[in-house]
Amino acid sequence: MKNWSRRDVLKGASALGLAALGRPIEAAAPPAQAVTPALIEAARKEGKMVWYTAVDLPVAERVARSFEAKYPGVACRVERSGAERVFQRIGQEYASRIHAVDVVNSSDAAHFIAWKRDGLLAPYVSEDVARHYPAEHKDPDGQFATFRAWLCVIGYNTNLVKAADAPRSFADLLDPRWTGRIVKAHPGYSGTIMTATFQIARDLGWGYFEKLAKQRVMQVQSSADPPKKLALGERAIMADGNEYNMFQLKEKGDPVEIVYPIEGTPLIIGPNGVFKDAPNPNAARLFQSYCFTPECQQLIVDVGGLRSVHPLAKEKPGRRPFAGIKKMKDDPAGVERDAEAIKARYTQLFRV
Amino acid sequence: MRVRVDLSRPVVIGFAAILCLLIVLPMSWLVYFSVTDRSGALTLGNFRQLVTDPVFVAPLITTAIIATTSSLACCLIAAPMGWLVARTDMPLRRTVRALVTASFVTPPFLGAIAWELLAAPNSGLLNQAFRALTGAPQDEHLLDIYSLPGLIFVISCYTFPYVFVLVANSLDRIPGELEDASSILGGSAWVTARRVTIPLALPALLAGALVAFLQAMTLFGSPAILAIPAGFHTMTTKIWSLFQYPPKPELAAAASLPLLVLTVLLLRAEHVILGRRGYSVVGGKQGDPRLVRLGRVKWVALGAAFIVLLNPVFLPYFALLNAAFSRVASQLVSFGNFTLHNIHFVFFELSSTRLVLKNTLVLGVLSATIGTLIAVVIGYLTARKAIAGHRALGFLATAPVAVPGIVLGVGLFLSYTRPPFVLYGTLWILLIAFVTIAMPAAYQQLQSAYRAVHPDLEDACRILGGTRLQALGHITAPLLRASVIATWCFIFVGVIRELSAAIMLFTSETKVISVLIFDLNESGDLGAISVLGIIMLVVTFAVVILANRIPTFGGRIRLRDA
Repeated sequence: MKNWSRRDVLKGASALGLAALGRPIEAAAPPAQAVTPALIEAARKEGKMVWYTAVDLPVAERVARSFEAKYPGVACRVERSGAERVFQRIGQEYASRIHAVDVVNSSDAAHFIAWKRDGLLAPYVSEDVARHYPAEHKDPDGQFATFRAWLCVIGYNTNLVKAADAPRSFADLLDPRWTGRIVKAHPGYSGTIMTATFQIARDLGWGYFEKLAKQRVMQVQSSADPPKKLALGERAIMADGNEYNMFQLKEKGDPVEIVYPIEGTPLIIGPNGVFKDAPNPNAARLFQSYCFTPECQQLIVDVGGLRSVHPLAKEKPGRRPFAGIKKMKDDPAGVERDAEAIKARYTQLFRV
Repeated sequence: MRVRVDLSRPVVIGFAAILCLLIVLPMSWLVYFSVTDRSGALTLGNFRQLVTDPVFVAPLITTAIIATTSSLACCLIAAPMGWLVARTDMPLRRTVRALVTASFVTPPFLGAIAWELLAAPNSGLLNQAFRALTGAPQDEHLLDIYSLPGLIFVISCYTFPYVFVLVANSLDRIPGELEDASSILGGSAWVTARRVTIPLALPALLAGALVAFLQAMTLFGSPAILAIPAGFHTMTTKIWSLFQYPPKPELAAAASLPLLVLTVLLLRAEHVILGRRGYSVVGGKQGDPRLVRLGRVKWVALGAAFIVLLNPVFLPYFALLNAAFSRVASQLVSFGNFTLHNIHFVFFELSSTRLVLKNTLVLGVLSATIGTLIAVVIGYLTARKAIAGHRALGFLATAPVAVPGIVLGVGLFLSYTRPPFVLYGTLWILLIAFVTIAMPAAYQQLQSAYRAVHPDLEDACRILGGTRLQALGHITAPLLRASVIATWCFIFVGVIRELSAAIMLFTSETKVISVLIFDLNESGDLGAISVLGIIMLVVTFAVVILANRIPTFGGRIRLRDA
């Protein structure tokens, strides 16, 4: 088995946290739902579904197209934005009683705490989730499960920075020689960066960000963008960004290299859930079920560069094995609690 | 036996109600939100926070700097260009005018993204060329588009056409005799310019300066794309950021009001200045403007005009085209990196492409049709003073010109996300926004077209026994056809490039192409943006060319900025 021990403890803790919030944990998760011909037929009748997601657009569209190839007649439309934007969008739409979202994927696991608390999610457990997924990666009430995992890493452009000179830690980014040469994404847009900012501030203190803000960083929005800016050669260093985009670019031959900072790398968990008021409930469940199949999980690993928690998905050779990387602890409940304060403090420091 | 039914009252009431719905309702909600707190109690706290919190004061100052300098820069570039095109024998004058029109209809946010490709400090094509030519080291750059001057430059690129059109049109109208008189009395070319031409064109230039100031102040797309990476906000991006989670609509409303008030004041100023213009254009037959012979200088002038046009047109279009077909947007297309991937991605992988194109086209056609219809009716009623209350109608139809797109977006959002009218999430709310934004220009254009058709023609028809409707159908309508089609086209083009209201009002089902491009920019998908941008430009130019083929087109049209 993989080494999940640290997260075991944590997820247990966050589950307890949920219980403490006054929501009784039901005796058992709802039973696994098989993909029956009746479900497929009902989904075909609906003909379409919408996936609100924060995963980088090309990866999301690949997942959607592979789903459509497997279930012809059910179109999957990807509605992509940063996780914080997706959260705001769903909130705004639901406040106006617009129920457009079928399935959601966020890079900020804290959002699922909020959606679950508001009673917006439908319990639905696919066979793969029931049979294969580790307990810490599925909601005890069956309302969501971990669709993807990845890290928020440091990176550099190998044409602009020699490997020997490259930063090895967060502390290295504060070196004056990187002033004006760093690109960084925004926690007000990206769930990845929100989660990472929480973990870094918790482990290294806000002093790190106070100093980083003086480095004249180029402030972009999506955590998918810093890797792309590195590949363009627009900046030499990225202070944060998606490991999975770095894998994609590197394997395409772009001059980028990943750094797993010695202080530990922020761990990001991206669950998937079905909305209770989904306009296409059957297609939504069919898609949710597809997302956790070994087929789809292998696709997001191979093509997307993501990490899978499905035990049957294999890691791609040449990438640093997930288990061997020193990670910061994820803590969705903590992010849920602090998100607003983090945004405010970040805006104050970085001025945007 | 004829039964006379007086329809004028219901007509006035009906159209006044439509216009109120378009403009009075959202602005009322805006004011209401700005003076209340979360619980609905009256407060001035929002405004207090606005003027004391540095988070708001800094963008206010930045916006003032941007608007002032852009406006100045536009005048410095556009006035000489307008003069060259209208009053000299510079070659290719029509081409230059057409190219200014091209920069006029290029969406400013698309121009901003194209300039990222050109002048991002390290990866920008121009900076790469600079380093290649001078051998400068890797981290040196000539231009940095992510800066206040960079932003001002890009805004000016897509704002100077407003000044250009006003100045060139006004110079077109100055009778040649006035300049001839000056020459006959012994004035040199310079004296004639200083004492005759410039004073006559000055009101138009000042009006242009004000319009440019307003445009620069209320623009959303370019600052969102260029200022935020550089670490600063303008008022429009700040207003927009107040709608991010957790949304603060009352602060957004309060922050919108200064923009609204300033716009109203500046438009009043424009009115006062332009109102004085009457003295200059003497009626009756006038000679063609006398063209100044530039001699050999004309080639220098033409060169200068094309260098100016490099910035809004040639370079950005080249950068977009290059990025559309290059594997890496910052590399020139070559055999090694030529790709059709971006095109394939946009048309076959991107699942929102079809929805977004459909929404944009539906909204473009509907807004243009409905907007033109309303403008036709109100233009007729006011131009012919057909019914009591026409003045109020005219005022209501012109009022939206004072409402910046993003402010209208905030107002409409506040109005139509709650009962009695829940339109958020439908195309209707966007339709209302686009019709409202287009109304002033459409109305002004059609009203002046009506004025050009003398009522005697209609009266002749009435005297010969025709009804009012027959007079309209047989006389006025055929004469107005060209203006109506031109108005339709201009609303259509304006809708396609609108971003600042759409960004406040879209939902996943009602996204339009400008919003999709903005989304893609936030995740750095430059190749897809380039393909979508080129589609957008092709559609726009097709419509503009169509409009230009229609005779009698060419009134003073003000496109709203995105």
